[in-house]
Amino acid sequence: MSIKHIEEYRDSTLARQLSEKIRRLSRRKIRLMEVCGTHTVSIFRSGIRSLLPETISLLSGPGCPVCVTDQAEIDAFIELARQKDVIVTTFGDLMRVPGSASSLQRERAEGRDIRMVYSTMDAVGLAQQNPGRHVVFLGVGFETTAPTIAAAILTAAGLKLENFSVISAHKVVPPALEALMTVDGARIDGFILPGHVSVIIGLKAYRPFFERHRMPCVVAGFEPGDILQAVAMLVEQFETGRPRLENAYPRAVAQEGNLKAQQVLTQVFQIGDACWRGIGRIPDSGLQIRASYAAYDAGRRFALHLPEPKTPRGCACGEILTGQKTPPECALYKKVCTPIDPVGPCMVSSEGTCAAYYRYHYDELEAQS
Amino acid sequence: MKTDKILLDHGSGGKISHRMTRDMLLPVFNNPILAQLNDGAIFELNGQRVAFSTDSYTVDPIFFPGGNIGELAVYGTVNDLAMCGATPMFLSVALIIEEGFPIEQLEAIIAAMGQAAEHAGVSVVTGDTKVVPKGMADKIFINTSGIGVIPDHVDVASHKALPGDAVILSGSIADHGVSILARRAGLSFETSVQSDTAPLNHMVAAMCAVGRGIHVLRDPTRGGLGTALNEIAEKSAAGIRIREDRIPVKPEVAGLCELLGFDPLYLANEGKLIAFVAADDAAAVLEAVRADRCGRDAAIVGEVVADHPGKVFMQTRIGGTRIVDMLAGEQLPRIC
Repeated sequence: MSIKHIEEYRDSTLARQLSEKIRRLSRRKIRLMEVCGTHTVSIFRSGIRSLLPETISLLSGPGCPVCVTDQAEIDAFIELARQKDVIVTTFGDLMRVPGSASSLQRERAEGRDIRMVYSTMDAVGLAQQNPGRHVVFLGVGFETTAPTIAAAILTAAGLKLENFSVISAHKVVPPALEALMTVDGARIDGFILPGHVSVIIGLKAYRPFFERHRMPCVVAGFEPGDILQAVAMLVEQFETGRPRLENAYPRAVAQEGNLKAQQVLTQVFQIGDACWRGIGRIPDSGLQIRASYAAYDAGRRFALHLPEPKTPRGCACGEILTGQKTPPECALYKKVCTPIDPVGPCMVSSEGTCAAYYRYHYDELEAQS
Repeated sequence: MKTDKILLDHGSGGKISHRMTRDMLLPVFNNPILAQLNDGAIFELNGQRVAFSTDSYTVDPIFFPGGNIGELAVYGTVNDLAMCGATPMFLSVALIIEEGFPIEQLEAIIAAMGQAAEHAGVSVVTGDTKVVPKGMADKIFINTSGIGVIPDHVDVASHKALPGDAVILSGSIADHGVSILARRAGLSFETSVQSDTAPLNHMVAAMCAVGRGIHVLRDPTRGGLGTALNEIAEKSAAGIRIREDRIPVKPEVAGLCELLGFDPLYLANEGKLIAFVAADDAAAVLEAVRADRCGRDAAIVGEVVADHPGKVFMQTRIGGTRIVDMLAGEQLPRIC
């Protein structure tokens, strides 16, 4: 897609028209959850809240992969970095996430070989260049990134690489929506569904969830115009009492999704239970490496001895990820927990709810406008 | 999680760097000149106001699209002096070289420094070279210090922004940051973005010649435009409002930032300045900036307001409003 095309969705005229439409439609108070961290950041960065009527509350959901990575998984990553002759490769977000007693960033300062990569294929290349050492890639992410990691495993298998493996903490989105419906304090009236994830899994992946709950659901892109469009559609569904599963991002998301990516994904991964930080175990919400690719599963190759994970006391990440609280309602927010000294992962990742609030939210702003 | 070791974040130019300066350096070297924390120190010698500045360069890669560590080291210090309102005159150069470094590359770096000095109109008058055993430094580190004199009619400092001042930005942001990111080992993006490394002293001289109402000059290097504006808002106890649609960002820069989840407001520039200018002088000063080769895309991007002292707000392109905070630590690429 060309930049020019994207510009249309950033246009102030379009934004004004959409925000006027939303103001016209919205009568009753409505709580909408944007599931995806990229949406959260886009909403803050473009100042969308300042264009919406008071009736609309936007809640940030569990859609930042770093934020929902369980403490035990973070501890495992750190333990892997401490293994002899291991190079740990990771996407940048994970570097600062605090484990029970350390973080990857601190381990790197201690001299462990931890390298940021921008693609899993770079990690495969690193394994080829370092035959005497074992390269582990920290697999964190949703359906968006998981196919590229599956492709890297297939590439490594094709090259018969013996010194490359992945530890999979991947998660899938639809079961998390189910889990959110059981949370008491969330009171969600509609979902802004993630655009990138939906490009892979397609609109059809949400159908069973929608049929069970009859909850307004709209897939949205990431430009301000996309998000406002989705909000307008959700408000309309809500006000007319006709919930639907709709696609406000048809230029990227198809009914069936990306079948090739789905095929690569299922070739390497199988569905299993997963622990989400702050939420707990969600059935069928994780991606595990299949036994046929066990040689590339760092979880199987390394016998890690992990102490019982220590979750930070007072951290409200769980309630924030499920829409029960906003970051300013957490006792640690901005006092003990800052992006420099984060307590929970929501303050670490650039797409974490607390980090987004810390960087972009200013209480007096609402007072002024 | 508190740390007892230095992390890369300490060098990011954001909040954590500031905290280190405030808590570790200021109490020890306590004096009123340092306490101003400007780009360079400003003081009087025999009745002449002088600016003195130093900077070390450890950029990786040392050769990047649009330049190399050598010219960066010269322009960096030249620009720090220019941001004090000074006419840069003399530079020192210290090289720390890793054993085994190719002489051909060293020659290229030194040649670039020579050209840069000539271009900026400064003389390198003293220097030092050290060679350290292989592995004890990464290829080459360069330190430059510089001295310049401040003309009588010029009086700029980062605490002097006043309500009503126009905020002039001399061109597109984040070019240097993106050119470095794109060349870093492990990141195999093809990009046409060139670093904007350039001397700003000629531009500053032209600006000061046409406008007496220049209150603040700043080159938004490490930490980017967002961090520089926050520092000025804080030191001047003034509010700043900027408009996103006025801030030039090249499409290829915007594209790479989007991909990695970076905010161009916090990426480094090496040949851009921001000027806070009294409203009456703003048009003339803007014209002087635009007349410079490096200032063709200059624009008035915002203004100083009496509201929300110490805070920077931005009107977004869709007409919303948001706060622009200081960068906390090094920006890290995201996972989607």
